[in-house]
Amino acid sequence: MSATAALPETSTKPALDIEKIRADFPILAARVHGHELVYLDNAATSQKPQAVIDAIVRYYTSANANIHRGVHYLSQLATEEFEAGRRAVQKFIGARDAAEIVFTRGTTEAINLVAQSYGRVHVQAGDEIVVTAMEHHSDIVPWQMLCQEKGAKLRVVPINDAGELILDEYAKLLGPKTKIVAVAHVSNALGTINPVKKIVAMAHAHGVPVVVDGAQAVPHIAVDVQDLDCDFYAFSGHKMYGPTGIGVLYAKAALLNAMPPYQGGGDMISSVTFEKTTYNKVPHKFEAGTPDMAGVAGLKAAIEYMNSIGVDQIAAHEHDLLVYATQAVTALPGIQIIGTAAEKASVLSFTVEDVHPHDIGTILDQEGIAVRTGHHCAQPVMERYKIPATVRASFAVYNTHAEVDALVRGLGKVREVFA
Amino acid sequence: MAELRDLYQEVILEHSKAPRNYKEPAHTNHKAEGYNPLCGDRFTVYLEMDGDTVRDIGFQGAGCAISKASASMMTQSVKGKTKAEAHKIFERFHALVTGHPHEEADLGKLAVFSGVSEFPARVKCASLAWHTLEAALEGKHENISTE
Repeated sequence: MSATAALPETSTKPALDIEKIRADFPILAARVHGHELVYLDNAATSQKPQAVIDAIVRYYTSANANIHRGVHYLSQLATEEFEAGRRAVQKFIGARDAAEIVFTRGTTEAINLVAQSYGRVHVQAGDEIVVTAMEHHSDIVPWQMLCQEKGAKLRVVPINDAGELILDEYAKLLGPKTKIVAVAHVSNALGTINPVKKIVAMAHAHGVPVVVDGAQAVPHIAVDVQDLDCDFYAFSGHKMYGPTGIGVLYAKAALLNAMPPYQGGGDMISSVTFEKTTYNKVPHKFEAGTPDMAGVAGLKAAIEYMNSIGVDQIAAHEHDLLVYATQAVTALPGIQIIGTAAEKASVLSFTVEDVHPHDIGTILDQEGIAVRTGHHCAQPVMERYKIPATVRASFAVYNTHAEVDALVRGLGKVREVFA
Repeated sequence: MAELRDLYQEVILEHSKAPRNYKEPAHTNHKAEGYNPLCGDRFTVYLEMDGDTVRDIGFQGAGCAISKASASMMTQSVKGKTKAEAHKIFERFHALVTGHPHEEADLGKLAVFSGVSEFPARVKCASLAWHTLEAALEGKHENISTE
């Protein structure tokens, strides 16, 4: 429990045993350029606990067969595991029904599914789609493509200097032309937690459905889709300790039932002739082809892992780290924090005066510290702050105060090199 | 720190802080823009060509220390050279930063970039301005991207 000794006095919550948690992640024992790995690139992808790695191995070792079609034992077993994974996701995000959970390759595919299926039906020439100035490219480009195809217009909710949405401006954008609102729950570039419940209520007052990009929220804060009342919620397994290649689209059943299929193929049909195809019921209608069954096994293990620690406990620990890191980094000379919203999760984005983030990234890497440098697939955010790029440290449950201290020492090295 | 110092040599740091030929020459007749979408580096290279010879050269833009120093030292090394000579210098420079230096190559001051070869992620930084120069020499008007 030595990690708890460094906690600030203000921390009153029962501390997690972070050393025990770290031992669950084999990659954290790695050494990089002769230093202990300090992995602070969790917003890009998190590391995986042994339980998730084992679940994937166990799936291939003892349960692999194609699902939803075989009468044989293994096919039944694989189908049961796959559907158990769906129920685990349903419970984890508070969906009413497991049929509201569609498995995708990730957040990006989930958003594209909504744009191409729901969007192409409901958006016509002259209509408007509202996004925000802090969206990831994956929540901009699919809507832009739809707008181009339909002759619709993309409208953008501006942000203030702190990196918070200006809700008065958002209210002005909503109107009879608005057909979809798309918003990040947590910004990957700024860390801002958006007031999604309020954003949804405002859109619903105009009869407009809301698509939430939850890629950066689900790993860090408790999410309840019924409480948010959002119509669509997309997230990825690999940012929440799960495997790559598996993600989720939650959609309200009524919407999902009415939507046309996104891709055609096996599994998404109930009968096919050359004259006519009858589609399968939801969610299978949206899962054409053999899905990532091992990915679902891994995602289920990741959910169980997060539940075993407690999502609120994870959130509290990461909040502690973020506060500590923000104070420590802000105290250094020439630092500008990008994203100072009142409500933030996991992400500390900053610039250092007269040193390009790419150079900082290389110097920190030599110290074994992994951070992301660049525009974080959010070029409009960089444009808003008139900067080419930032350094981004992003935290997960296994990060420690000692690692924040290592980051601060690393930034000292940056100053030495560029003195 | 030894390896880092190989990358961030004094000459490189000095050029990144005070880049040479950081200007648009008055009689520019060729130019091209280079962009690295991964890190946001963006440079414009301006040429005043006299027939086949680079009479004057300048650059402007924003980027990391490596890309800026590389652009700065590139302008010094190709000024007064013919198109063919500039191509040859780039070819040797590229071989150097990717870790396959020509044995007989005399790159002069540009040899300080040899440390880049130990940092594969930074090769694009070192070569961005050069790719942009190539485009400007060819008189292409489209923008150059490293991706």
